[in-house]
Amino acid sequence: MIELGTHTKSCRDILDKVERISEVDVFSCYQCGRCSGDCPSINLMDIMPNQAIRLLQLGEVELVLASKTIWICASCFTCTSRCPKGIDIARVLEALRQVCLRKNIDELDLNNIPEEERERYPTIAWVSALRKLSG
Amino acid sequence: MKSFAYYPGCTMKTTGKAFEQSAFAVAKVLDINMREIERWNCCGTVFSLTIDDTMHHMATIRNLVRVEAMGESEVLTLCSMCYNTLKRANEFISSDPVRLSELNDFMYKEDLKYSGHVQVRHLLEVLRDDVGWDALKAKVTNPLTALKVASYYGCALVRPEGAGVDSLEDPTVMEDLVSSLGAEPVQWQSRLECCGSYHTIGHKELVFERTERIVSEALKAGADVIILSCPLCEFNVGSRQPEVAERVYGFKQIPVLYFTQLMGLALDIDPKELGMDDEAILKLIREKVEV
Repeated sequence: MIELGTHTKSCRDILDKVERISEVDVFSCYQCGRCSGDCPSINLMDIMPNQAIRLLQLGEVELVLASKTIWICASCFTCTSRCPKGIDIARVLEALRQVCLRKNIDELDLNNIPEEERERYPTIAWVSALRKLSG
Repeated sequence: MKSFAYYPGCTMKTTGKAFEQSAFAVAKVLDINMREIERWNCCGTVFSLTIDDTMHHMATIRNLVRVEAMGESEVLTLCSMCYNTLKRANEFISSDPVRLSELNDFMYKEDLKYSGHVQVRHLLEVLRDDVGWDALKAKVTNPLTALKVASYYGCALVRPEGAGVDSLEDPTVMEDLVSSLGAEPVQWQSRLECCGSYHTIGHKELVFERTERIVSEALKAGADVIILSCPLCEFNVGSRQPEVAERVYGFKQIPVLYFTQLMGLALDIDPKELGMDDEAILKLIREKVEV
């Protein structure tokens, strides 16, 4: 069973960093769920965007860092545009990705892309995927 | 004649050639001079969202230095993602003198320092604000009467606030363009929804799902074609359709065009000059228009 609300020192440090580099106060979220309701990729996420924010508030940073959610988000800014509290959720998720990527943990493994598919992908897809998913 | 520095971006020279080719063809008719930036480089395609990541804006801003070196003050783009990245990086760096000088220090080998004063424009904005819909209408020699067009904005053209070409939730620039060409803009659900973007590489099932929804919604609204302004959207929503058809029973396909190709047809430009070689699509459009 997961014990919530532990707020260990290392979790606090990561959360501070996430808030600093995203310039977002995650504690201003009041859990209306609008971000999750409007997210086009919600069905492929393991935790919903509003749950990710709630877990951060509870100090469960590692749980969020280990989620699929932060990698599924493609920064379409629908949540950011519609948040009634003006929270830039896309920036929070980017900051969480950056916390992983800056440790040289890559999410995209190019060896998994079949060779015959590689040639047909547009340059723009390669550049953006590698910018977003590799350190 | 209105003159701009033109920033192509990486994909205009590869899978998006038809976009560039058709844009030059319509620009010629509309007296817009697009001068390609010499030695441009990739803009990075996505704007870096963290505030301590100045290095990732350097490639983007270097292009704006080159715009100033040409003696131009405005740079024109066609690709939605380039537009979004250039515009946001420009705003982020130019609005803070410390960041601007930091970045200029990194680029010490450039002949010029970036002033922070280049304006980033999208062709759709130029059509609306500089050319004007009435002037465009006057040039239309082959009105696309009875053709129903679904305008697909996606993300980068409208979001987030302040970075788009038009209103965040209710843009009309593409629909206004469609009307100016004599065609009929359809009202539909998915015009502002993400196509799955770069997940086309690592998570293509996500893209298939998005494409199925976007195409189905356009067809449900009665559209004959979808128009868009991003070569990545074009790949996902356009080129991926046969793969969706293999997976989803009853999935119907729809032609996807760059908005400049649709303009070219209304301006009576030879389809070959618009990079349109698909006879089936041309036949479908001709049949609709002639009715």
